Amino acid sequence: MEEVKLMKGNEAVAEAAIRAGVDAYFGYPITPQSEVIEYLMAEEPHKRTGMVVLQAESELAAINMVYGAAACGKKAMTSSSSPGFSLKQEGISYIAGAELPCVIVDVVRGGPGLGTIQPSQADYFQVVKGGGHGDYNLIVLAPATVQEMADFIELAFELAFKYRNPAVILSDGVIGQMMEKVVFSPQKERLTDEEVDKLYNSWATTGKKNGRERNIITSLELVPERQEAHNHHLQAKYKKITENEIRFETFNCEDADYLLVAYGSSARICQKTVQLAREKGIKVGLLRPITLWPYPSEAINKLADQVKGILAVEMSAGQMVEDVRLAVNGKVKVEHYGRFGGMVHSPNEVLDALETKIIGG
Amino acid sequence: MSENILTPEEIIKTGELVFKKTKLMTDAELSYCPGCGHGVAHRITMEVIEELGLEEQTIGIAPVGCSVLAYEFMNVDMQEAAHGRAPALATGIKRVYPNKTVFTYQGDGDLAAIGTAETIHACNRGENITIIFINNGIYGMTGGQMAPTTLPGMNSSTSPYGRDVHTMGYPLKITELVAMLPGTSYVTRQAVHKPGLVRKAKKAIKKAFELQMENKGTSFVEIVSNCNSGWKMTPVESNEWLDKNMLDYYPLGDLKG
Amino acid sequence: MTEEIIIAGFGGQGVLSMGKILAYSGIMEDKEVSWMPSYGPEMRGGTANVAVIISDERINSPVLHNFDTAIILNQQSMDKFEESVNPGGVLLYDPNGIIHHPTRKDINIYTIEGANEASKLKSSKTFNMIVLGAFLKIKPIVKMENVLKGLKKSLPERHHHLIPMNEEAIKVGFEKIKEVQTV
Repeated sequence: MEEVKLMKGNEAVAEAAIRAGVDAYFGYPITPQSEVIEYLMAEEPHKRTGMVVLQAESELAAINMVYGAAACGKKAMTSSSSPGFSLKQEGISYIAGAELPCVIVDVVRGGPGLGTIQPSQADYFQVVKGGGHGDYNLIVLAPATVQEMADFIELAFELAFKYRNPAVILSDGVIGQMMEKVVFSPQKERLTDEEVDKLYNSWATTGKKNGRERNIITSLELVPERQEAHNHHLQAKYKKITENEIRFETFNCEDADYLLVAYGSSARICQKTVQLAREKGIKVGLLRPITLWPYPSEAINKLADQVKGILAVEMSAGQMVEDVRLAVNGKVKVEHYGRFGGMVHSPNEVLDALETKIIGG
Repeated sequence: MSENILTPEEIIKTGELVFKKTKLMTDAELSYCPGCGHGVAHRITMEVIEELGLEEQTIGIAPVGCSVLAYEFMNVDMQEAAHGRAPALATGIKRVYPNKTVFTYQGDGDLAAIGTAETIHACNRGENITIIFINNGIYGMTGGQMAPTTLPGMNSSTSPYGRDVHTMGYPLKITELVAMLPGTSYVTRQAVHKPGLVRKAKKAIKKAFELQMENKGTSFVEIVSNCNSGWKMTPVESNEWLDKNMLDYYPLGDLKG
Repeated sequence: MTEEIIIAGFGGQGVLSMGKILAYSGIMEDKEVSWMPSYGPEMRGGTANVAVIISDERINSPVLHNFDTAIILNQQSMDKFEESVNPGGVLLYDPNGIIHHPTRKDINIYTIEGANEASKLKSSKTFNMIVLGAFLKIKPIVKMENVLKGLKKSLPERHHHLIPMNEEAIKVGFEKIKEVQTV
């Protein structure tokens, strides 16, 4: 049996990356996620697996290094926190346009601007709704535990390569900084150059060997008809992802009169709220989206037939609540609650909000 | 006099091969203006890759600018970068494939304005890549705006009364800057507007790729070029203007290595 | 069993590492644990706190409003966390530097002269282990052998020679804790 470790979420990301056989990490320090690159540098993964770790000169450079390595069919990733993620948006749009598989971790802090280094979930819009220019979607996974911070690295790469699409792990300062028990998967071997050539020969730029035509990685198409066709192709891919990859979990929804919808650390907090509410005799359930894109709209829509009201709980002024409202489509009342700007709501505060905004409201 | 002029038939005897386009240039029609230096710079770069036998292991990176479509013409594996980010892409590639040959092909706006940080830091880390830098002192693709390398007093659509260095700054000698960095192995400034210079430039590019394959650090070749459209001149005038004005500010020759 | 603890004091008092050792000790007993720190520049010389949960069940919220136990090591933390102790819960504090002592009547209050005892041991670094010892006297939620295992886990190997001194410090805390009031 694998050893149980006590680790911060950020450290778990780093260790999981080594274990998942990631080829390269390019990053730039920013609180509250600097432990990712610190851990990697200390671990010297080039000795363990041959993995490359490089501190870039900026988030811009880091995401474009990911572009370069990913365009060669290698498993490449980066991580940052909100202001740094904003800087990466340009590169992410290009990566989405060029259909490159890669993983980006965002350990969200409060904004806007330089904001605060304390936890927040106010990057929902910029991560889930695009943020960069053009019509594109990122696969977005929202871990709620340190264990999931580790597990989702492998899952994110699996999905990224399956669909040739960037995947984001949307975390926050709570999950990044807290320590919990974590058990890692055994070490996976990195793919050899020959295996990469064989698997991704049709698109990866590894040098045009064995008589094949040259491969070109680009997001540019000057002829609008062809750019439209490329967009149709992307949309068809997004539809397929939506049909196949929605993930969520529910707690105590079977008999629920009221529903909380929350992801990441807010979902953890809401589990406690559910417990407190039930101790008071209020039947509350929780739906926790695990994928924020694609979003579990159908599941929420179904629960809207059963419950009397829904509270979307997130550490923001109300971002994900828009997707809840779209899913519910007016069937029942949907309100938002959340502390923000770096403040974290407590389970009791969520319960108070449920009672005033939904039950009493 | 006239009896001394050879006819084409006399120059090229039947069956004698005098020029063959490198197979590493595609048959696509170049998108560059007639008289532009890009075509020659493309050709000699690809000739060098062919002559060094690097075809199957080369990955090139196209910039944003006139040569944004370089991947249509260069017949090797290519990536298209966001504006200024080519050296970051090159770093990503070279770090995961240290034995491949990686080059960027960038203009002055791409390399010396928006991508200055990526340029300086890739060179400073001594990434084993080759950077081909085309400097024509203007933004050609977007219609002739001022570049970081536009000469003092030179007209452009965003310096219509001439570049005023007091408000618009001085032309950036980024090649001199990267020559100072310990990470660069070879830094040189060349030109391609005369046959003799083309031969020299090709030799320089060859040396740059050879040094890359010896893992000596970043090799950097600036090519001072023209932009007859942006400069609003005929091709011949632009070459004369380049010779007379550009080379004083950007003198040709090796700066390092 | 679920024990929700807040440990709060100045940065440099070993608040975070005390929490870490406690969490590791919990793991040694196959319990679920979480360790949620306040982080950032405020830790450098300012206030530092960490919420530690040790439970037999899966832990839901790592962020809490109320705690079973508050271990308080400076006045700012007393001001902030006295109210957060659940009725019937425990407040353990070092009276050194405390001007406004706790006034709640519905909680159990204990003191430990951690700073003074640490200076008697001639090592300010034993301070947090003395306090931890005092806590374990009142709430023996983890066995001493597992605390020592946890200590070993959370200390880098080069510091393992300090383990006997830390063990001694835990014992001091065990002996020197004083009851102020119980409910």
